[in-house]
Amino acid sequence: MKKLLLTLISALAFSAGAFASEEGPAWDKAPNNINDLAALQNGAKLFVNYCLSCHSAAFMRFNRMRDIGLTEQQIKDNLLFTTEKVGDTMKAAIDPKQAKEWFGANPPDLTLVARSRSGHGGTGADYLYTYLRTFYRDPSKPTGWNNLVFPNVGMPHVLWQLQGEREPEFETREEHGHEMKVFKGWKQVTPGTMTPLQYEEAVGDLVGYLTWMSEPAQNARVRVGVWVLLFLALFTAITWRLNAAFWKEIK
Amino acid sequence: MAQFKEISPNATATQKLANWFDNRFPTAGAEYRKHMSEYYAPKNFNFWYFFGSLAMLVLVLQIVTGIFLTMHYKPDAALAFGSVEYIMRDVPWGWLIRYMHSTGASAFFIVVYLHMYRGLIYGSYRKPRELVWLFGCAIFLALMAEAFMGYLLPWGQMSYWGAQVIINLFSAIPFIGPDLSEWIRGDYVVGDATLNRFFAFHVIAVPLVLLGLVVAHLLALHDVGSNNPDGVEIKGPNAPLDAHGHPLDGVPFHPYYTVHDIFGVAVFLMVFSAIMFFAPEAGGYFLEYNNFIPADSLKTPLHIAPVWYFTPFYSMLRAITTEMMYALSAILLITVGWVLVKTSASSLTKLLLVVLAIAFLWMFNAFGFTGLDVLQGIDAKFWGVVVMGGAVVILFFLPWLDKSPVKSIRYRPGWHKAVFGVFIVDFVVLAYLGTQPPSPTGERISQLGTLFYFGFFLLMPWWTRLGEFKPVPERITFAAH
Repeated sequence: MKKLLLTLISALAFSAGAFASEEGPAWDKAPNNINDLAALQNGAKLFVNYCLSCHSAAFMRFNRMRDIGLTEQQIKDNLLFTTEKVGDTMKAAIDPKQAKEWFGANPPDLTLVARSRSGHGGTGADYLYTYLRTFYRDPSKPTGWNNLVFPNVGMPHVLWQLQGEREPEFETREEHGHEMKVFKGWKQVTPGTMTPLQYEEAVGDLVGYLTWMSEPAQNARVRVGVWVLLFLALFTAITWRLNAAFWKEIK
Repeated sequence: MAQFKEISPNATATQKLANWFDNRFPTAGAEYRKHMSEYYAPKNFNFWYFFGSLAMLVLVLQIVTGIFLTMHYKPDAALAFGSVEYIMRDVPWGWLIRYMHSTGASAFFIVVYLHMYRGLIYGSYRKPRELVWLFGCAIFLALMAEAFMGYLLPWGQMSYWGAQVIINLFSAIPFIGPDLSEWIRGDYVVGDATLNRFFAFHVIAVPLVLLGLVVAHLLALHDVGSNNPDGVEIKGPNAPLDAHGHPLDGVPFHPYYTVHDIFGVAVFLMVFSAIMFFAPEAGGYFLEYNNFIPADSLKTPLHIAPVWYFTPFYSMLRAITTEMMYALSAILLITVGWVLVKTSASSLTKLLLVVLAIAFLWMFNAFGFTGLDVLQGIDAKFWGVVVMGGAVVILFFLPWLDKSPVKSIRYRPGWHKAVFGVFIVDFVVLAYLGTQPPSPTGERISQLGTLFYFGFFLLMPWWTRLGEFKPVPERITFAAH
């Protein structure tokens, strides 16, 4: 029985492993900065400056950013366009029709992108962290850019001035009788305004913000959860003794 | 009318109040005694017996959280997705209510599956508890409908395409299929009309049926009395009674099993809360990642999988391919051949059997390889739907399939336990495969799994009689705490 179980479990593990290897390159682990207010604020700034011109976050209100330590005045002064109110949701200024013409598709809403992009490779944050760091020049594409984890992506490299231009380097390797192109590393073609390390941090902050925005209640959720579990531990102990007290008399 | 009871003027205010009510509403007290303080349950319940009351708890949780969700949810294709996010963001504590409801849905199936398995291993569906089991199976069926329709409401990609796939299954039914699926959707594709009617079914129609069935399940149970891990009756002509005429091996449900169940509830809530507060998506199993993208009728997701609690049945649906139908035809042929050669049925019965077998082989498309139009049977997709439905319906027949001379697994041969163990593994493997994209290996495993699942039930009249059974004790085994 146990042997059979073990065989089945290992068979499942193998099939899962085989499945994972069919996908694109492995996702890098995104830094966890969900409790780092400075990082989240910097991420919010990057989001508003670079993403919000084309992508909406239609379920996210500007004034929710009070939760990451900003005052309403700070939000109004730094993150709002002139026509918006602080209680509005984040709507992109781009005209959907034009967007479709320019990029071939409407830029998707980003409110929940950090949740919807989770998958076998890791969390949605891991995906975004990898995606935003693997753009490269590709003259064969209409925008001139391509991406390692999202081949033929419609979006150009919006952060290219920060990162500079890079080229991936591949080596061909023989695997299971197939010629495989394996990603080896990056070659910096032109420098950006940020050093590679600064860029990684900036993307980490932006991804942190996207993660927070996908569920603004998540920190409160964990905080409340700890108290609930502490209470339930006590409650369990009491009910355990209560039960024992009643059942003592049953012979 | 009952006798009006006078109470001493010296009685306490509480006693007077109780007496006042008892004179005007004696039913309340009588029912309380019948179902709680004087309902005698066997005293040897183990942890398997928590899951019935836990299922009740989750049912109440789902109804109460559901009421609060409907206060903010909008059953409208244009607004539904946004209203769920509104609940998650702008409604005070809305995220908590929503997560309770979404985690509760999965928790419901976990406790119900465990509750059903308890019935299976201890023979709780055996005479005289067949109706308890039938009501329970009906509850399970209603629960599946409830969960399926509820899953459409968030109006995400998985909601939408999951519903599309499942409703399309009905179109595989010959003749009426396409019209039937259109009638269910109320449109050519899943749309606003579908969302609205599913909302109506999810919030009122099915819950009413569920509640009615739960009442029937409990009333039937309390009429025949609870089974127990030994499968020995504590009530009846041979069961010993105490001085007051109560079963010696039973304890009043209240307070003994109420305090017992509260302890079970506490442990359950710890697990439930740990998931709800720290991993409400449960790794994409309770809340699928794709469902955070609004429904889009023009973009089919690469991989559509139902929520985990439907995947064992979904796996069986996918297992039925044209190849599998050949295998099933072969099994049918062998069975009929065996009956013809080995049994002494009348020649008329045998002739009838052969005719029926040929008709079924034709419908199974066993002659499809000839390429002749007249011999074309029904598409394997339809049989997949039949198998998926049959996998649930077969549970209803369990009381009459199980022919074991003892109820409880404790007194059945050791290898029976192994068969039950393999059954669990089979169910879990089918569930896992149902969550994965189709693959050739997965297809073969799920086909074997489907054969085992149906073999387990359909061959029960034979295998449950075989082996060396242990002597069943006269009375329950109980070690004082």
